[in-house]
Amino acid sequence: MELDRIEKLLEKYLEATTSIAEEKELRAYFSQESLPQHLEQYAPMFRYFSVAKEERYTKKLPLKNRRFNYKWLSIAAMAVLLFGIYFGKQYQEKKEAEYAYSETKKALTLLADNFNKGTEKVAYLNEFENAKQKIYNKN
Amino acid sequence: MKQSEFLNVVMPFKDKLYRLAKRLLVSREEAEDATQEILMKLWSKNEDFEKYKSVEAFAMTMTKNFCLDRLKSKQAGNLKLVHSNYGNDDASLQKQVEAKDSVNWVGKIMEELPEQQRMILQLRDVEEYDFDEIGELLNMKPTAIRVTLSRARKTVREKLMQKHSYGIG
Repeated sequence: MELDRIEKLLEKYLEATTSIAEEKELRAYFSQESLPQHLEQYAPMFRYFSVAKEERYTKKLPLKNRRFNYKWLSIAAMAVLLFGIYFGKQYQEKKEAEYAYSETKKALTLLADNFNKGTEKVAYLNEFENAKQKIYNKN
Repeated sequence: MKQSEFLNVVMPFKDKLYRLAKRLLVSREEAEDATQEILMKLWSKNEDFEKYKSVEAFAMTMTKNFCLDRLKSKQAGNLKLVHSNYGNDDASLQKQVEAKDSVNWVGKIMEELPEQQRMILQLRDVEEYDFDEIGELLNMKPTAIRVTLSRARKTVREKLMQKHSYGIG
Protein backbone atom coordinates (compact mmCIF):
# COMPACT_ATOMS: atom_id res chain seq x y z
CA MET A 1 0.00 0.00 0.00
CA GLU A 2 1.07 3.55 -0.70
CA LEU A 3 0.75 4.63 2.92
CA ASP A 4 3.10 1.91 3.96
CA ARG A 5 5.66 3.06 1.46
CA ILE A 6 5.36 6.68 2.53
CA GLU A 7 5.91 5.74 6.14
CA LYS A 8 9.00 3.78 5.23
CA LEU A 9 10.26 6.67 3.14
CA LEU A 10 9.67 9.07 6.01
CA GLU A 11 11.76 6.93 8.28
CA LYS A 12 14.52 6.81 5.71
CA TYR A 13 14.13 10.52 5.19
CA LEU A 14 14.79 11.27 8.83
CA GLU A 15 17.89 9.09 8.71
CA ALA A 16 18.94 11.01 5.60
CA THR A 17 19.23 7.90 3.48
CA THR A 18 16.59 8.75 0.92
CA SER A 19 17.59 9.52 -2.65
CA ILE A 20 16.65 12.77 -4.32
CA ALA A 21 13.96 10.97 -6.30
CA GLU A 22 12.44 9.55 -3.12
CA GLU A 23 12.46 12.95 -1.53
CA LYS A 24 10.65 14.31 -4.56
CA GLU A 25 8.07 11.60 -4.08
CA LEU A 26 7.60 12.65 -0.47
CA ARG A 27 7.21 16.29 -1.44
CA ALA A 28 4.64 15.34 -4.06
CA TYR A 29 2.76 13.17 -1.60
CA PHE A 30 2.60 15.84 1.07
CA SER A 31 1.46 18.50 -1.35
CA GLN A 32 -1.98 16.88 -1.60
CA GLU A 33 -4.89 18.22 0.40
CA SER A 34 -6.15 15.29 2.39
CA LEU A 35 -3.63 13.34 4.42
CA PRO A 36 -4.02 10.69 7.09
CA GLN A 37 -4.16 12.28 10.51
CA HIS A 38 -0.88 10.87 11.78
CA LEU A 39 1.00 12.12 8.72
CA GLU A 40 -0.57 15.57 8.73
CA GLN A 41 2.14 16.92 11.01
CA TYR A 42 4.83 16.23 8.44
CA ALA A 43 3.12 18.22 5.76
CA PRO A 44 4.34 21.71 6.76
CA MET A 45 7.94 20.61 6.41
CA PHE A 46 7.64 19.42 2.84
CA ARG A 47 5.31 22.19 1.85
CA TYR A 48 7.73 24.72 3.24
CA PHE A 49 10.56 23.36 1.14
CA SER A 50 8.48 23.69 -2.00
CA VAL A 51 7.46 27.22 -1.06
CA ALA A 52 11.01 28.17 -0.18
CA LYS A 53 12.19 27.10 -3.59
CA GLU A 54 9.89 29.63 -5.21
CA GLU A 55 11.65 32.59 -3.73
CA ARG A 56 13.30 34.79 -6.34
CA TYR A 57 16.02 37.36 -6.42
CA THR A 58 14.33 40.38 -7.95
CA LYS A 59 16.78 43.19 -7.37
CA LYS A 60 18.24 44.67 -10.51
CA LEU A 61 21.93 44.34 -11.12
CA PRO A 62 23.81 47.56 -11.79
CA LEU A 63 26.07 45.92 -14.34
CA LYS A 64 28.49 48.14 -16.14
CA ASN A 65 31.13 47.22 -18.60
CA ARG A 66 33.91 47.27 -16.11
CA ARG A 67 36.75 46.03 -18.24
CA PHE A 68 35.90 48.66 -20.81
CA ASN A 69 36.01 51.29 -18.11
CA TYR A 70 39.37 50.19 -16.85
CA LYS A 71 40.85 50.42 -20.33
CA TRP A 72 39.57 53.91 -20.90
CA LEU A 73 40.47 54.92 -17.40
CA SER A 74 44.10 54.07 -18.03
CA ILE A 75 44.06 55.92 -21.34
CA ALA A 76 42.54 58.95 -19.68
CA ALA A 77 45.08 58.80 -16.89
CA MET A 78 47.85 58.57 -19.46
CA ALA A 79 46.50 61.60 -21.32
CA VAL A 80 46.22 63.61 -18.12
CA LEU A 81 49.76 62.66 -17.21
CA LEU A 82 51.14 63.65 -20.61
CA PHE A 83 49.25 66.93 -20.60
CA GLY A 84 50.51 67.53 -17.11
CA ILE A 85 54.09 66.94 -18.08
CA TYR A 86 53.76 69.03 -21.24
CA PHE A 87 52.03 72.00 -19.67
CA GLY A 88 54.04 71.66 -16.51
CA LYS A 89 57.20 71.92 -18.50
CA GLN A 90 55.88 74.89 -20.44
CA TYR A 91 54.89 76.58 -17.22
CA GLN A 92 58.24 75.84 -15.70
CA GLU A 93 60.03 77.24 -18.75
CA LYS A 94 57.91 80.35 -18.61
CA LYS A 95 58.68 80.81 -14.94
CA GLU A 96 62.36 80.29 -15.58
CA ALA A 97 62.29 82.83 -18.40
CA GLU A 98 60.49 85.31 -16.19
CA TYR A 99 63.06 84.78 -13.47
CA ALA A 100 65.94 85.19 -15.89
CA TYR A 101 64.30 88.34 -17.27
CA SER A 102 63.86 89.87 -13.84
CA GLU A 103 67.43 88.98 -12.87
CA THR A 104 68.78 90.47 -16.08
CA LYS A 105 66.66 93.53 -15.53
CA LYS A 106 68.05 93.90 -12.03
CA ALA A 107 71.59 93.51 -13.27
CA LEU A 108 71.01 96.04 -16.05
CA THR A 109 69.46 98.53 -13.65
CA LEU A 110 72.49 98.16 -11.40
CA LEU A 111 74.72 98.71 -14.38
CA ALA A 112 72.69 101.73 -15.51
CA ASP A 113 72.83 103.22 -12.02
CA ASN A 114 76.55 102.85 -11.85
CA PHE A 115 76.83 104.29 -15.36
CA ASN A 116 74.87 107.30 -14.28
CA LYS A 117 77.12 107.74 -11.31
CA GLY A 118 80.05 107.51 -13.70
CA THR A 119 78.54 110.09 -16.01
CA GLU A 120 78.02 112.43 -13.07
CA LYS A 121 81.64 112.13 -12.17
CA VAL A 122 82.62 112.64 -15.78
CA ALA A 123 80.42 115.75 -15.82
CA TYR A 124 82.46 117.01 -12.90
CA LEU A 125 85.57 116.40 -14.95
CA ASN A 126 84.05 118.65 -17.62
CA GLU A 127 84.20 121.49 -15.12
CA PHE A 128 87.94 121.01 -14.99
CA GLU A 129 88.12 120.98 -18.76
CA ASN A 130 86.15 124.26 -18.89
CA ALA A 131 88.48 125.90 -16.44
CA LYS A 132 91.45 124.69 -18.41
CA GLN A 133 89.88 126.05 -21.58
CA LYS A 134 89.34 129.42 -19.97
CA ILE A 135 93.00 129.60 -18.95
CA TYR A 136 93.98 128.50 -22.41
CA ASN A 137 91.91 131.20 -24.04
CA LYS A 138 93.36 133.91 -21.85
CA ASN A 139 96.84 133.07 -22.96
CA MET B 1 32.22 38.46 -22.19
CA LYS B 2 29.28 40.70 -22.81
CA GLN B 3 26.65 41.67 -20.29
CA SER B 4 23.97 39.52 -21.92
CA GLU B 5 26.20 36.46 -22.00
CA PHE B 6 27.05 36.96 -18.37
CA LEU B 7 23.40 37.22 -17.45
CA ASN B 8 22.69 34.00 -19.33
CA VAL B 9 25.32 32.21 -17.30
CA VAL B 10 24.18 33.67 -14.01
CA MET B 11 20.41 33.59 -14.53
CA PRO B 12 19.84 29.88 -13.77
CA PHE B 13 21.36 30.03 -10.31
CA LYS B 14 21.05 33.59 -9.06
CA ASP B 15 17.91 32.67 -7.12
CA LYS B 16 19.77 29.83 -5.46
CA LEU B 17 22.45 32.23 -4.29
CA TYR B 18 19.80 34.53 -2.91
CA ARG B 19 17.97 31.73 -1.12
CA LEU B 20 21.17 30.46 0.46
CA ALA B 21 22.08 33.97 1.54
CA LYS B 22 18.65 34.48 3.00
CA ARG B 23 18.78 31.17 4.81
CA LEU B 24 21.98 32.27 6.49
CA LEU B 25 21.41 35.97 6.99
CA VAL B 26 17.63 35.75 7.57
CA SER B 27 16.96 39.36 6.62
CA ARG B 28 15.72 39.90 3.09
CA GLU B 29 17.62 43.14 2.55
CA GLU B 30 20.88 41.68 3.72
CA ALA B 31 20.40 38.64 1.53
CA GLU B 32 19.71 40.87 -1.46
CA ASP B 33 22.81 42.93 -0.78
CA ALA B 34 24.90 39.81 -0.38
CA THR B 35 23.59 38.34 -3.63
CA GLN B 36 24.28 41.55 -5.47
CA GLU B 37 27.78 41.68 -4.06
CA ILE B 38 28.49 38.11 -5.17
CA LEU B 39 27.12 38.69 -8.66
CA MET B 40 29.16 41.86 -9.03
CA LYS B 41 32.27 40.00 -7.93
CA LEU B 42 31.53 37.32 -10.52
CA TRP B 43 31.04 39.97 -13.15
CA SER B 44 34.34 41.60 -12.35
CA LYS B 45 36.19 38.32 -12.89
CA ASN B 46 34.04 36.91 -15.65
CA GLU B 47 37.05 36.39 -17.89
CA ASP B 48 38.17 33.32 -16.03
CA PHE B 49 34.81 31.56 -16.07
CA GLU B 50 36.26 28.80 -18.22
CA LYS B 51 38.66 27.92 -15.46
CA TYR B 52 35.90 26.76 -13.13
CA LYS B 53 34.30 23.40 -13.50
CA SER B 54 30.96 24.83 -12.52
CA VAL B 55 30.30 28.52 -12.16
CA GLU B 56 27.27 27.70 -10.05
CA ALA B 57 29.28 25.72 -7.50
CA PHE B 58 31.87 28.47 -7.44
CA ALA B 59 29.23 31.13 -6.88
CA MET B 60 27.52 29.10 -4.19
CA THR B 61 30.81 28.69 -2.34
CA MET B 62 31.44 32.42 -2.62
CA THR B 63 27.98 33.12 -1.24
CA LYS B 64 28.45 30.72 1.63
CA ASN B 65 31.80 32.24 2.60
CA PHE B 66 30.54 35.77 2.22
CA CYS B 67 27.51 35.17 4.42
CA LEU B 68 29.45 33.31 7.08
CA ASP B 69 31.92 36.18 7.20
CA ARG B 70 29.04 38.58 7.55
CA LEU B 71 27.58 36.58 10.40
CA LYS B 72 30.93 36.40 12.11
CA SER B 73 31.52 40.13 11.95
CA LYS B 74 27.99 40.73 13.10
CA GLN B 75 28.48 38.52 16.11
CA ALA B 76 31.74 40.25 16.85
CA GLY B 77 29.91 43.56 16.74
CA ASN B 78 27.25 42.22 19.07
CA LEU B 79 24.51 42.79 16.55
CA LYS B 80 23.02 39.32 16.63
CA LEU B 81 19.41 39.14 15.70
CA VAL B 82 17.23 37.14 18.00
CA HIS B 83 14.17 35.42 16.71
CA SER B 84 12.82 33.54 19.64
CA ASN B 85 9.54 34.94 20.78
CA TYR B 86 7.05 33.94 18.17
CA GLY B 87 5.23 31.15 19.98
CA ASN B 88 1.94 32.94 20.07
CA ASP B 89 -0.29 30.03 19.22
CA ASP B 90 -3.96 30.72 19.63
CA ALA B 91 -5.87 27.50 20.12
CA SER B 92 -9.04 29.00 18.75
CA LEU B 93 -7.56 29.71 15.31
CA GLN B 94 -9.09 27.91 12.40
CA LYS B 95 -7.34 24.85 11.20
CA GLN B 96 -6.70 26.34 7.77
CA VAL B 97 -4.94 29.37 9.15
CA GLU B 98 -3.03 27.05 11.40
CA ALA B 99 -1.86 24.89 8.54
CA LYS B 100 -0.57 27.91 6.67
CA ASP B 101 1.07 29.16 9.81
CA SER B 102 2.81 25.91 10.45
CA VAL B 103 4.38 26.07 7.00
CA ASN B 104 5.92 29.36 8.06
CA TRP B 105 6.98 27.85 11.33
CA VAL B 106 9.30 25.55 9.48
CA GLY B 107 11.20 28.57 8.23
CA LYS B 108 11.45 29.95 11.72
CA ILE B 109 12.48 26.63 13.13
CA MET B 110 15.22 26.51 10.55
CA GLU B 111 16.49 29.88 11.72
CA GLU B 112 17.25 28.32 15.07
CA LEU B 113 19.40 25.57 13.61
CA PRO B 114 23.18 25.82 13.61
CA GLU B 115 24.55 27.31 10.39
CA GLN B 116 25.95 24.04 9.14
CA GLN B 117 22.62 22.24 9.49
CA ARG B 118 20.77 25.17 7.99
CA MET B 119 22.98 25.15 4.92
CA ILE B 120 22.75 21.42 4.40
CA LEU B 121 19.00 21.41 4.81
CA GLN B 122 18.72 24.30 2.40
CA LEU B 123 20.97 22.72 -0.19
CA ARG B 124 19.42 19.28 0.03
CA ASP B 125 15.72 19.77 0.71
CA VAL B 126 15.17 23.06 -1.05
CA GLU B 127 17.74 23.06 -3.85
CA GLU B 128 17.89 19.26 -4.24
CA TYR B 129 21.68 19.05 -4.45
CA ASP B 130 23.23 15.61 -4.17
CA PHE B 131 25.70 14.77 -1.44
CA ASP B 132 28.71 15.14 -3.71
CA GLU B 133 27.77 18.67 -4.64
CA ILE B 134 27.10 19.58 -1.03
CA GLY B 135 30.38 17.97 -0.01
CA GLU B 136 32.27 20.07 -2.50
CA LEU B 137 30.54 23.24 -1.40
CA LEU B 138 30.94 22.77 2.32
CA ASN B 139 34.15 20.79 2.28
CA MET B 140 32.54 17.81 4.01
CA LYS B 141 32.53 14.08 3.63
CA PRO B 142 29.26 12.43 2.56
CA THR B 143 28.94 10.55 5.84
CA ALA B 144 29.29 13.76 7.82
CA ILE B 145 26.68 15.39 5.61
CA ARG B 146 24.31 12.50 6.18
CA VAL B 147 24.66 12.71 9.94
CA THR B 148 24.17 16.48 9.97
CA LEU B 149 21.24 16.31 7.59
CA SER B 150 19.54 13.64 9.64
CA ARG B 151 20.04 15.66 12.78
CA ALA B 152 18.62 18.77 11.12
CA ARG B 153 15.56 16.96 9.78
CA LYS B 154 14.84 15.35 13.12
CA THR B 155 15.16 18.65 14.93
CA VAL B 156 12.79 20.35 12.54
CA ARG B 157 10.29 17.53 12.91
CA GLU B 158 10.49 17.55 16.68
CA LYS B 159 10.08 21.29 17.00
CA LEU B 160 7.28 21.24 14.50
CA MET B 161 5.48 18.58 16.51
CA GLN B 162 5.93 20.55 19.70
CA LYS B 163 4.35 23.57 18.11
CA HIS B 164 1.71 21.46 16.48
CA SER B 165 0.49 19.79 19.64
CA TYR B 166 0.71 23.08 21.50
CA GLY B 167 -1.25 24.84 18.78
CA ILE B 168 -4.04 22.32 18.79
CA GLY B 169 -3.93 22.33 22.52
